[in-house]
Amino acid sequence: MSGFNVIGKPWPKVDALPKCTGETRYADDLHFPRMLYAKILRSPHAHARIRRIDVSRAQAVPGVHVVLTGRDLPTRFGILPVSQDEEALCVEKVRFVGDPVAAVAAVDEWTAEEALRLIEVEYEPLPALLTMEQALAESSVRIHEYGDGPNIHKLVSLEFGEVAEGFAQADYVREDIFFYAGSTHLPLEQHAAVAHYGPDGRLTLWSSTQTPHYVHRALAKVLGLPPHRIRVIAMPVGGGFGGKSDPFSHEIVVAKLALLTGRPVKITLTREEVFYVHRGRHPVLLWIKTGVRRDGTITAMHVRSFLDGGAYGSYGVATTYYTGALQTVTYKIPRYKFEGVRVFTNKPPCGPKRGHGTPQPRFALEVHLDKIAEDLGLDPIQMRRRQIVEAPSLTVNWLRISSCGLRACIDRVVEASGFREKFRRLPFGRGVGFACSAYLSGAGLPIYWNDMPHSGVQIKIDREGGVTVFCGSADIGQGSDSILAYIVAEILGILPEDVRVVTADTDLTPVDLGSYSSRVTVMAGNAAVEAAERLRRLLFRAAAERLDVPEDQLLARERRIFDQADPERGLDFAEAVQLAEARFGTLGAVGSYKPPKAPGRYKGAGVGPSPSYSYSACVAQVRVDPETGFVQVEKIWIAHDVGRAINPRLVEGQIHGSVYMGLGEALMEEHTFHSRLGVHTAPSMLDYKSPTPLEMPEVECFLIETEDPNGPFGAKEAGQGPLLPIPPAIANAVYDAIGVRIDEIPITPEKVLKGLEDKARGGSGRVGPTSIPSLTWPEPIRVEPPPEWRSSGDLT
Amino acid sequence: MLRLPPFRYYAPRSLEEALRILSDHGSQARIVAGGTDLYPKMKRRQIEPAVLVSVRRIPELAHLAGTGREGVTLGASLTLARVLAQDELVLAYPALARAFAMVAHPPVRSMGTVGGNLCVDTRCTYYDQTFFWREALGFCLKKDGTTCPVAPGGTRCWAVSSSDGAPVMIALGARLRLVGPRGERTIAAEEFYRDDGIRYLDKEPEEILVEVLLPPQEDWKSTYWKLRRRGSVDFPVLGVAVALRMESGWCREARIVLGAVGSCPKRIREAETLLEGNRLEPDVIAAVAHVVARSVRPLKNTDFLHLYRKKMASVFTQRALRELAGASLMDEASAC
Amino acid sequence: MEKQLITLKVNGELHTLAVPVFKTLLEVLREDLSLTGTKHGCELGECGACTVLVDGEPVLSCLVLPIELQGREVLTIEGLMEGGRPHPLQRAFAETGAAQCGYCTPGVLLSAKALLDRKPAPTRREIAEALSGNLCRCTGYLQILEAVERAAAQMRDVRSAATTDGR
Ligand SMILES: Cc1cc2nc3c(=O)[nH]c(=O)nc-3n(C[C@H](O)[C@H](O)[C@H](O)COP(=O)(O)OP(=O)(O)OC[C@H]3O[C@@H](n4cnc5c(N)ncnc54)[C@H](O)[C@@H]3O)c2cc1C
Ligand code: SF4
Ligand code: FES
Ligand code: FES
Repeated sequence: MSGFNVIGKPWPKVDALPKCTGETRYADDLHFPRMLYAKILRSPHAHARIRRIDVSRAQAVPGVHVVLTGRDLPTRFGILPVSQDEEALCVEKVRFVGDPVAAVAAVDEWTAEEALRLIEVEYEPLPALLTMEQALAESSVRIHEYGDGPNIHKLVSLEFGEVAEGFAQADYVREDIFFYAGSTHLPLEQHAAVAHYGPDGRLTLWSSTQTPHYVHRALAKVLGLPPHRIRVIAMPVGGGFGGKSDPFSHEIVVAKLALLTGRPVKITLTREEVFYVHRGRHPVLLWIKTGVRRDGTITAMHVRSFLDGGAYGSYGVATTYYTGALQTVTYKIPRYKFEGVRVFTNKPPCGPKRGHGTPQPRFALEVHLDKIAEDLGLDPIQMRRRQIVEAPSLTVNWLRISSCGLRACIDRVVEASGFREKFRRLPFGRGVGFACSAYLSGAGLPIYWNDMPHSGVQIKIDREGGVTVFCGSADIGQGSDSILAYIVAEILGILPEDVRVVTADTDLTPVDLGSYSSRVTVMAGNAAVEAAERLRRLLFRAAAERLDVPEDQLLARERRIFDQADPERGLDFAEAVQLAEARFGTLGAVGSYKPPKAPGRYKGAGVGPSPSYSYSACVAQVRVDPETGFVQVEKIWIAHDVGRAINPRLVEGQIHGSVYMGLGEALMEEHTFHSRLGVHTAPSMLDYKSPTPLEMPEVECFLIETEDPNGPFGAKEAGQGPLLPIPPAIANAVYDAIGVRIDEIPITPEKVLKGLEDKARGGSGRVGPTSIPSLTWPEPIRVEPPPEWRSSGDLT
Repeated sequence: MLRLPPFRYYAPRSLEEALRILSDHGSQARIVAGGTDLYPKMKRRQIEPAVLVSVRRIPELAHLAGTGREGVTLGASLTLARVLAQDELVLAYPALARAFAMVAHPPVRSMGTVGGNLCVDTRCTYYDQTFFWREALGFCLKKDGTTCPVAPGGTRCWAVSSSDGAPVMIALGARLRLVGPRGERTIAAEEFYRDDGIRYLDKEPEEILVEVLLPPQEDWKSTYWKLRRRGSVDFPVLGVAVALRMESGWCREARIVLGAVGSCPKRIREAETLLEGNRLEPDVIAAVAHVVARSVRPLKNTDFLHLYRKKMASVFTQRALRELAGASLMDEASAC
Repeated sequence: MEKQLITLKVNGELHTLAVPVFKTLLEVLREDLSLTGTKHGCELGECGACTVLVDGEPVLSCLVLPIELQGREVLTIEGLMEGGRPHPLQRAFAETGAAQCGYCTPGVLLSAKALLDRKPAPTRREIAEALSGNLCRCTGYLQILEAVERAAAQMRDVRSAATTDGR
């Protein structure tokens, strides 16, 4: 591999062995002397006013230390500055079954539990709005007072170029409606947090969080403490997938309990509570209309998405934009209109789940294109392949494409899977389906707008050559700590095992915004490159003097610094370190990263830009049992343009995990609620169906390396993008297998049979939504497309 | 962490002692074997006994003897894994082996027992939930409440018999030996179950299931088909157990029992009669499957739509019969 | 809370503990013996994260009471190392990327050990079956299956080398 020592090789993760010996400590593994246990009382109502809370009986239980209610923590918070709508414990109103109402700290969980049962809450039930249709229709009942309309959290309307003109130019226009059900992250680790308030007046919170920086901010805000007296440590996270990216009520509650009791306090959510804190995939109803020429060239596209947001804002504003932002990043779309609405309902709040807001429109788009290809008698692969975006280029909605390996991705999977020989040719019951996708490598803008870096890295080096890297990023299992070690080791010419990584501790590590939006490899990676290169410069300068070799002739590898021309001539790494320290004083370096300025200048342009976009193409092969409706995915071929695979094994692991999660969503995972009371109908690992090893198909991965100019060593993301093509590829394969379109995720056996029966009765066999709620959309913000789109109308 | 509520625990070493403790504590006490059904329910406060009496140390319950030729005695406290490790037994009673091998997942099979499996509590989406959840929805008849959201207005509970073993035992013609304060009795497995989601067993709370007596197999062929969403972990939401006594291609005697579509395993005698005296021809199989599906009335209280389960009752019956008729169904088997 | 004296053999060591009888093995391991390597994801027998071995068989520690284990041997992830060296399964898992977040890993490793002790050369399907009670949300299982195969091959090599030496 192109002269790298560490990059591109399948090193074990730096934290792999401790995870296999049980040594790794997760938040719930912490235990302190005098520790108390906290429990939260939750609302049994989907929507109600809190009339009165009486905690006196709970307070009297021996072993109970403190009972908290909303009045003790009245300041609102939330991840986005525009949606500060959460309370650590509800003050006046509860908005979903599971909303936190009161909390207890006691000597053990039995006592805390007993105390919870003795808290008396008098509720005045309010009408529960459980569907988007209800919430939009019942404007007299309002879940929140704010938003873009009654029960409307966010309304977006954007038009890039004149879509009407584009549709007029089309030879064929098709409209479709799709539904993508809500699902949850189901991390194996239930959220946990421990707080301690020391006699020095400092508060420490250890938590299973992906975003210690934002938790830090929320704690300071709600507790009214100066941030420098709060330390947030993200423990190794036992699975996140976006579900641990918000500041949570339980984190604030234990912190407050620790403040009040002066004792360490721990809270661990039960599995059922994890379903209630949720922040999972938004259920999305999506209408899509595309105009194409006879050869399939897109002339215009119009998308309307309806997001069922649940009871709070969370990342929802961003999610809303994401359901419209990335359609343009795969295929050339010369005119594009997007309208989106996020509706509040009395259900657990939705938020970012792997792929954040993009799997739903991707499912719709890729199935829709498959239908268009069939309508026009075109090859679905060729039709897509002909209109892939160029790199570098700007999309019609001003997203900058720096590299794109989609064509190579397509070619690899099509060839490896034998797609052309199989498509429409396999016997009834078996089929293949194809889909592409793209995802961002980190959000281009921070959540709180500012000019500071998104990621910072600090490196310290000791006299024996040991290197410690400090970074605010949180390893949630994706291997971000290891990526930092590989990058620093590569640049300094040492081995990953020589690098110690200290991350996600707001006292010790420079800020990194967190493990969300697939940003860590690119952003923290770039910061690490900068810091390591700065340090290497010092080492080279000292070594050059000693060896009497020009600095630019030196090379660092295999724990040595040496003359490229005469490799014998060199120093041990540790020796070089000592020379440099003698020469420059204590060694250390910092690096930081801020994404390139996004070119878009319109309201809403903040969501979608990224330093780079990853691309995937996928072929799914399925077997459908026409009698039972069961869909068995036999094999997945997936190619992913990762820019550069810093560690191919980790990239494959991310791809497998994404395929898995996409498979679960495609076939069985679904958040369902009691239609009248809003109670989650399956809040357990038994009833919420997460695939076992027996459902997992064989997966053949291809890594495509395009060396993106903005990535560390050219790397792009791999953690989320590969999920996106899975549901549409499976849906397209099901159609190929049995001629029935299931335009609704998940594709359950019941739906498959319904489609087959309909078809047998002479119907189309399609299963899916047939209408969208009527809504008066605001006048769109009209955005002039970038110049290249203006000149020719459509670029082909 | 979901924790168990406090209780006292006894592990008697003889049946007499166990019976004495059970009658001392009356309705406060509960028998426990592997605990894989009871403990989750206790954690969710669906069952709140003050006293647990373990049967794991009683020697009579650990009995395992016999062969397929002469019949087999299975002690109630044998774990499912232990039974599955008996190769001879697996060969002689394929339906039983299939059923046990499809219970839950491997760790549960190495903990759960035969007796526990046959006495497994009935299940319902409105009942197998935490205290908090049941309170939020409104308690139901089976625990703490007075109404049934599955069949509002009714007075009975429709919770679903969810044992994989139960329908198979009935199909195999097994007999159960029970010992209680009033002595001992041996009954046909079929008589053990009642069509009532709450009192689903014909058994006094203090009665201990000691062993299962499996009759000789000789000319019998048997199989079991199970519907669940995933290939592991999940309880059955439909089970089809079929045992046929075949004589040179003719069905002489048939037992067809459906699990997980009602509060007790359901024997479909009309379908059995249709089969008896016939060959397993496609039209016979179709007719039998039709009758089976017509005879069951699953409700909306498990995974999958109830109408889908009803449809599958027909499909799975056909598959079970075709399998016994000798067709290779490997492909189809992978779908369930 | 009334406590009872029980003895429990964990990873070869005998412990005498005073604990409430209704505390599960999971709670006792984690809270009384500080063996926090055993994880939990549901406490209801539905996820497999809490799997330990009892006399070599996989058992869910969230559904078993220490008092039920008198005279039996419990093996937890902390006891899987042999003589301070990682077990071949642990090494294979680390090398293969089979542990992403690592939360399911202890339970998976113990289920895999039970399998390999019983069946040294399992097929991929048999491995998947044996691990089908251990849910993992990160890996998609494939690198886990690969790691178990790798460890199995390695353990067979070691064993056959040992028997050749013996001759
Ligand atoms: C995740 C999960 C999935 C499961 N999936 C399945 C499945 O697919 N199929 C299935 O059939 N079961 C399933 N089960 C239920 C259960 O684990 C098994 O049925 C198991 O065999 C029960 O045995 P046990 O010894 O653990 O029962 P226990 O929990 O000990 O007892 C169950 C009931 O039987 C009574 N009892 C036990 N032994 C006796 C006796 N000797 N005499 C009288 N009464 C007795 C107890 O009082 C209790 O009411 C599942 C459980 C879990 C947690
Ligand atoms: S059938 Fe009705 S009464 Fe019985 S458990 Fe279900 S909800 Fe309760
Ligand atoms: S914690 Fe024991 S099985 Fe989930
Ligand atoms: S590695 Fe995270 S759950 Fe398996």
